[in-house]
Amino acid sequence: MRLLEFQGKELFNKYGISVPEACLVNSRDEAMKASAKLGYPLVLKSQVTVGGRGKAGAILKCTNDSELLPKFDVLINKEVKGELPRGILVEKVVAIKSELYLSFFLNRSRRCYSLIASSEGGIEIENVGNKVILDIQLEGLSQATAEETARKLGLEGNIHKSFVDFTMKLSKLVIDEEAELVEVNPIAVLSGDTLTALDAKVIIDDNAMFRHPELKKYEHISELERQAGKSGFSLVELDGNIAIIGNGAGLVMSTVDMVTDAGGKAGSFLDFGGRATTETIYEALEVISRIKRIRAILVNLFGGIVKTNLVAQAILDAYKNNLIDVPVFARITGAESDKAKAMLGGSQAKLYDTVEQAIHEVVLQVS
Amino acid sequence: MKHEYDIFQLLVGNEHDEDYKKQPVIIQGITGSFGSTHSRLMIAYGTNIVAGVTPGKGGQTFEGIPVFDNMYEAVKSTGAKISGMFVPAPFFLNAAKEALDSGIKLLVAVPEHVPVRDSIKVLEYAREKDARMIGPNTPGVIVPHVMKVGIMPAQPFSNGDTVVLSRSGTLMYEVSYNLTKAGFGQRLCFGIGGDPINGTNLTEAFDMIRNRDDVRSVVVVGEIGGDAEELLADYLIETSFSKTVIAYIAGRAAPKEKRMGHAGAIVYGNYGSAESKFMKFEKAGVPVAKRPAEVPMLLAQRLQKTGLVDANC
Repeated sequence: MRLLEFQGKELFNKYGISVPEACLVNSRDEAMKASAKLGYPLVLKSQVTVGGRGKAGAILKCTNDSELLPKFDVLINKEVKGELPRGILVEKVVAIKSELYLSFFLNRSRRCYSLIASSEGGIEIENVGNKVILDIQLEGLSQATAEETARKLGLEGNIHKSFVDFTMKLSKLVIDEEAELVEVNPIAVLSGDTLTALDAKVIIDDNAMFRHPELKKYEHISELERQAGKSGFSLVELDGNIAIIGNGAGLVMSTVDMVTDAGGKAGSFLDFGGRATTETIYEALEVISRIKRIRAILVNLFGGIVKTNLVAQAILDAYKNNLIDVPVFARITGAESDKAKAMLGGSQAKLYDTVEQAIHEVVLQVS
Repeated sequence: MKHEYDIFQLLVGNEHDEDYKKQPVIIQGITGSFGSTHSRLMIAYGTNIVAGVTPGKGGQTFEGIPVFDNMYEAVKSTGAKISGMFVPAPFFLNAAKEALDSGIKLLVAVPEHVPVRDSIKVLEYAREKDARMIGPNTPGVIVPHVMKVGIMPAQPFSNGDTVVLSRSGTLMYEVSYNLTKAGFGQRLCFGIGGDPINGTNLTEAFDMIRNRDDVRSVVVVGEIGGDAEELLADYLIETSFSKTVIAYIAGRAAPKEKRMGHAGAIVYGNYGSAESKFMKFEKAGVPVAKRPAEVPMLLAQRLQKTGLVDANC
């Protein structure tokens, strides 16, 4: 789960990490109140989960009242990489002496958490030459390692102290909240050599959410995803018109690739997992039926343990109950596929022996 | 060269031993709906399940197999070194620790949705105990026509000299099924798991089979996310691996920063992208199939080529 900036900063606050004074606003009225409270100069930041907001024009500076509302109007209606903001963060601009970079992330290849720190903040870390990368223990960062990191960055005196403190607090947040990533880019060094987090990128491990009920309030999923999740499905909405359903994430990804290769456009990725019963397939079709742009459904099911006639029954039920009215192109291997074929005869659903055939037909159908 | 961790020794045993092809296996969570279904299928396939564990159900039997309250008793009474784990994700950490404390040397961790921190903890603990974890979120491992520990169906697999290493479950079945149809049987099919942290990663799994005389070719089924394929490609180059390797990568058409079903299948920038994996495999001289059905074609081409070279020598 990727948190929005203001949510990440709420978490920072909880761990005693300094962030600039700010208010989240959703209306012009609230924006006015925020500006009166905070005073200019301000920065308006669109609350979306996608990166590259600055370049996309989703962060705007404001120096007086006359700029505030026009800029607020621009941001609140502006899609950033296809995402509408969930509020605008109105933040007080702070006087910056210099900028630093710090992140903790789940290092997949090293199978541990790692830290990256740099004395060059505010730019993409991939483009920074001078950085410190360290593996850290599951128990968190030690004071000694934090101090060594500060030394390596050439931080001395008060900044050194502030940085060690900041790093220790952020490390605690990462471990305690089971984050996959926490990135602060940049950290601002203020006069007096105190530090404040200008941005917050936080991703929490979805699988650990059962241990963090207090983070539930940050969850933001569509009604469709909620319904899919309830049934134990993985759903990713895509922008095409062919719904793709299958058992297994890899198999469905592979099917999306092949449909794309054949000139088709996938409209959904739905993995219904290991339990292919009449009920689960029916529920999957129910989810798909709510996506209006879908013109055809492609089912790729690698059976074996799955009884294919159960799948055929679900498709027939879905037609009978007018749940779906688009054609279904299915490739189902597994037990009793002859029976399944016979059952579907005369319906809008067709069974194919190979996925390539099914894809060929479905792409012809929608084009 | 001696194998550091001999997976065949563990799964199959030595040819002249009494328990050859009958290595004892314990199933944790044997009485649950998932565990019981797959235990029956494993038994039918030839796996020697000697005990099950379900807390609170000690003293019962399942298909004539004794059920114990905990792993200590189960291991003590059977001497098994392998555990197939079918416990729900929230109980995984404790169940795995108990198994490792009891002397289990191979954990096949089937559950999906295990928190990453728990996976790392078990991984570190397994290292301490000189044991190994496969998974979590793995379909398991199968030695075709001998035994399987996991949830894979039987019919895609046949006996032969190809090894399949896969990050995805159903794609492991799909690719093996295509190989089987084309006459390429498998020596071992190994599910790495779909999570970001794997108890045994692609390179380690490869290391377990790379020097075996009974393995002629390796098929790697990868997907977007992480850099396991890239690291394996580097390792192939580094070790000048000379047997045939074919790869397939799923997720080329997936959008960035979206988790595609598997917790580990997500691309950030170029990190984890299909292109990055293609490029590395190309560098290592490994052909990458465009779709699962193309895998046996590429394998046949490659083996034919090497065959010709051999004939000319």
